[in-house]
Amino acid sequence: MAEEFNVLEHELVPEHHLLPEKEAEKVLKELKLTKDQLPKIRLADPCIRALDAIAGPVEEGMVVKIVRRSSTSGVSVCYRLVIRG
Amino acid sequence: MMVTGVTKRIAAIKFAHLSPDEIRKMSATKIITADTYDDDGFPIDMGLMDPHLGVIEPGLRCKTCGKKVDECPGHFGHIDLAMPVIHVGYVKEIKKLLQSTCRSCGRLLLTGEQAEEYRKQRDKMEELGADMLDASSVAKETARDASARTSCPHCSTVQLKITLDKPTTFREEGHKLTPKEVRERLERIPDEDLVSLGMDPTVSRPEWMVLTALPVPPVTVRPSITLDSGDRSEDDVTHKLVDVLRINQRLRENRDAGAPQLIVEDLWELLQYHVTTYFDNQTSGIPPARHRSGRPLKTLVQRLKGKEGRFRSNLSGKRVNFSARTVISPDPMLSINEVGVPVEAARELTVPIHVTERNLEKAKEMCKRGPIPPGPEYRPGVNYVIRSDGRRIKITDKNAETVAETIEPGYVVERHLVDGDIVLFNRQPSLHRMSIMAHEVRVMPYKTFRFNLCVCPPYNADFDGDEMNLHVLQSEEARAEAKVLMRVQEHILSPRMGAPVIGGIHDHITGSFLLTYKDSTFTREETLRILEKIGEADLPKPKVKEGVERWTGKQLFSLILPSDLHMTFKASICQKCQTCKKEKCEHDGYVVIRHGRLLTGTIDEKSVGAFKGRIVDKLSRDYGPDKAREFIDKATKLAIGAIMVRGFTTGIDDEDIPDQAKREIDDAMTQAKMKVEEHVQAYRRGELEQMPGRSLEETLEVEIMKVLGKARDTAGQIAGRHLGLENSAVIMARSGARGSMLNLSQMAGAIGQQAVRGERLSRGYWNRTLPHFQKGDLGSEARGFVRNAYKSGLTPTEYFFHSMGGREGLVDTAVRTSRSGYMQRRLINALEDLKVMNDGSVRNTAGTIIQFKYGEDGIDPSRSVGGDPVDVDDIILEVLGDQGELIAKVQEKGALSYGIQDRDLLETPEEGETETEEPEFEGGGGSEEM
Repeated sequence: MAEEFNVLEHELVPEHHLLPEKEAEKVLKELKLTKDQLPKIRLADPCIRALDAIAGPVEEGMVVKIVRRSSTSGVSVCYRLVIRG
Repeated sequence: MMVTGVTKRIAAIKFAHLSPDEIRKMSATKIITADTYDDDGFPIDMGLMDPHLGVIEPGLRCKTCGKKVDECPGHFGHIDLAMPVIHVGYVKEIKKLLQSTCRSCGRLLLTGEQAEEYRKQRDKMEELGADMLDASSVAKETARDASARTSCPHCSTVQLKITLDKPTTFREEGHKLTPKEVRERLERIPDEDLVSLGMDPTVSRPEWMVLTALPVPPVTVRPSITLDSGDRSEDDVTHKLVDVLRINQRLRENRDAGAPQLIVEDLWELLQYHVTTYFDNQTSGIPPARHRSGRPLKTLVQRLKGKEGRFRSNLSGKRVNFSARTVISPDPMLSINEVGVPVEAARELTVPIHVTERNLEKAKEMCKRGPIPPGPEYRPGVNYVIRSDGRRIKITDKNAETVAETIEPGYVVERHLVDGDIVLFNRQPSLHRMSIMAHEVRVMPYKTFRFNLCVCPPYNADFDGDEMNLHVLQSEEARAEAKVLMRVQEHILSPRMGAPVIGGIHDHITGSFLLTYKDSTFTREETLRILEKIGEADLPKPKVKEGVERWTGKQLFSLILPSDLHMTFKASICQKCQTCKKEKCEHDGYVVIRHGRLLTGTIDEKSVGAFKGRIVDKLSRDYGPDKAREFIDKATKLAIGAIMVRGFTTGIDDEDIPDQAKREIDDAMTQAKMKVEEHVQAYRRGELEQMPGRSLEETLEVEIMKVLGKARDTAGQIAGRHLGLENSAVIMARSGARGSMLNLSQMAGAIGQQAVRGERLSRGYWNRTLPHFQKGDLGSEARGFVRNAYKSGLTPTEYFFHSMGGREGLVDTAVRTSRSGYMQRRLINALEDLKVMNDGSVRNTAGTIIQFKYGEDGIDPSRSVGGDPVDVDDIILEVLGDQGELIAKVQEKGALSYGIQDRDLLETPEEGETETEEPEFEGGGGSEEM
């Protein structure tokens, strides 16, 4: 393949946004959560690797915002904590 | 007194190994002799039944703690093993440790930096809330990395390959390692390196996984049973311990006497075998130890494992008091939230009443009646009285009076069930929340539980021998909770699809059909007979025709509708005409309700049926569960009244069709047969046109199936022409009460092609299905087409083919139930600790998020309209009234032009609903048990 395939552009893959540290803290405060209570996503996840190339280095402990189309609510937002592996 | 609230909270649980020192320290006595009792029947000191280990015989006192039978918890003893043996439960860990550490210096086979790296990873993971599984996977990775090395980075010793010879023998390049050598190696591993390998050296050292002392469980764990003949029978665990002791003794003697190495080694291996089977008698690779009778012994692991093990049968599931189980039977006169309880059961099941000054007299009176109050009428008595100090007094006829006098505030009186008590009613398998619902008690004569037929669908119950369980709630909190959350009316709307699961079935639907179809009318006498069932006093104004008073069924049905109800929908009998004539429908299939009056349309499955009843749905949504319950009660009683007035029966003569029609069907069948023959000939001549993507043979099959399918439909149509709505079977099928038109056309017209795995029958003999046919015959009869109907009777070959098709169905259902049962179990195990929090998020018990908002929209599906949060059409209709319908019509046109279908969850299953009927058998009670 000539061009590298970007998973984030596939229609079945939801939007991933890397949250800056400050914003992540704000979100956690709003949801009254600690980092360890968030759902996880692995560093090796294809989406995270793609995000790493686009939005700068993604490290363990960062929070990713995922916006997906939902059959029940139209648009749904969720957050995931990046972990090793 | 009862303790409420959380008294202690578990912060953490830590598992560790018992060290030999600890085993000896907690031991009440050392066990040395394999004998249990002496000739006089007394336990031998330092034997397996040593009185220091606890008491099992009443009257005796424990020699260790001095307590009596139920007070002494029992005490461990220990056996000192002559030679160390490997603990089977830890072979995997031992293997991992041996492979990842140096054979000479015992250090982890990683450089300092590497080990540090892994340790850091673990710390970081813990910080981010990793669970045990993730943490152990890092340890595993560390071990894998270390064992890949061929020489020690610390002392440069070349490492040899260690293999495990299942179950407990370790080999190093083929050379056997004795447990003693294994233990020595494990001892050499330094504490720092254990942390990297996932062990906590402050609480457990690896060498403790090789046993030098064996704990002996207290006698209370392995009680001996005295048989009627006076013989003692020992527990399996005791038997196994006897074996261990005996070999241990022999091994020690031989070793001390300086016996040849070979003999000692053999005995050592035998000891290893006995200790291994003592822990787990199903270890693969070794024969299970057996009882004298040949039955395999049930040792420690067997006590815990599996469905009959301690966890699943004694801890996750428990037997309970205040419950009853008996056969169920129907009672249409009960309300849907009632349950009929036999007097015998009601006298055994009790509710605790806390005596206060205000109910003192009542309590005394009840107690005075004793456990079996006299008199023809049922009155509650009392079985037990619990005094303020917690003592329980059994009430008998003799002491009833005297105990009654002593009752004072603070006592608890255990009163019999009375009408109106809240109880939980359950039928297994409890697959959804509607399998356990709260009912109100009605104490009744005879010996079965009885309930309203409308509650059959949620329990999936019938009366072919089904049994159900009943539980009496024992606290005010429980009763209040059940009353708010669990009552039957609260479950009319199912969380599965936001539609009712409780509603009329079978005769209720036929009855309301007969009551309301077109302009069925009733005389004064008939009307009164119908209405007396619901206790309605005011007769509506009759329609007078030729001087005779007549009431229409629609009038009578309107009596039970709320006066402000407006609805419009299509009934089950709707023929789905190309253009709907709406109110002027000649089939009376367009239901219009205005101001609580049924104007047109027939009340059938679509209105009051379980799963589909639109009126039930609307009432429980807009008027509340209690109103809906009342409606279901009255609608079904009305329907039963109507069906009883008119009379209703069905029999095989309902499938009678005229001879002319029979001939027509026969002609159609013969034609179809010839057509199939043509196709076969064309195929043989090679003239058949191949379909894209199919082989020639497949094309032929498809063509033949098409022809034969059409033939069956034609037969059904011909038969259907002679089966009108005056026919009871047709009434049932069309109103949705029971059966379908397909069932009818198979009875009257033709059964059609039989299939296995979706294909025409082809297997059996060589190149043919039965020896009655030519080899290679591809014709309709030879491949399982049944041209007869159930009524006309099948030929022997047809009968055989039909059995083949039928068998597939049976096998399918059997496989399906067992598979889906296991699937359900796994699903529930995964989901059982999830709950919706107050902020709408779904979390597990650790507080980690599973879903940020329940279902992503936070909608309770049982409050939804077919899955949607709001019913827009309904709101429009409500706000704009009849005008709304006009708008709806305009919208409908608009919607159609965009090619968007009117999406209605309740309607979608209709077409695809060829729901395969579960085969039902007589006396289903037996096979119901799972």
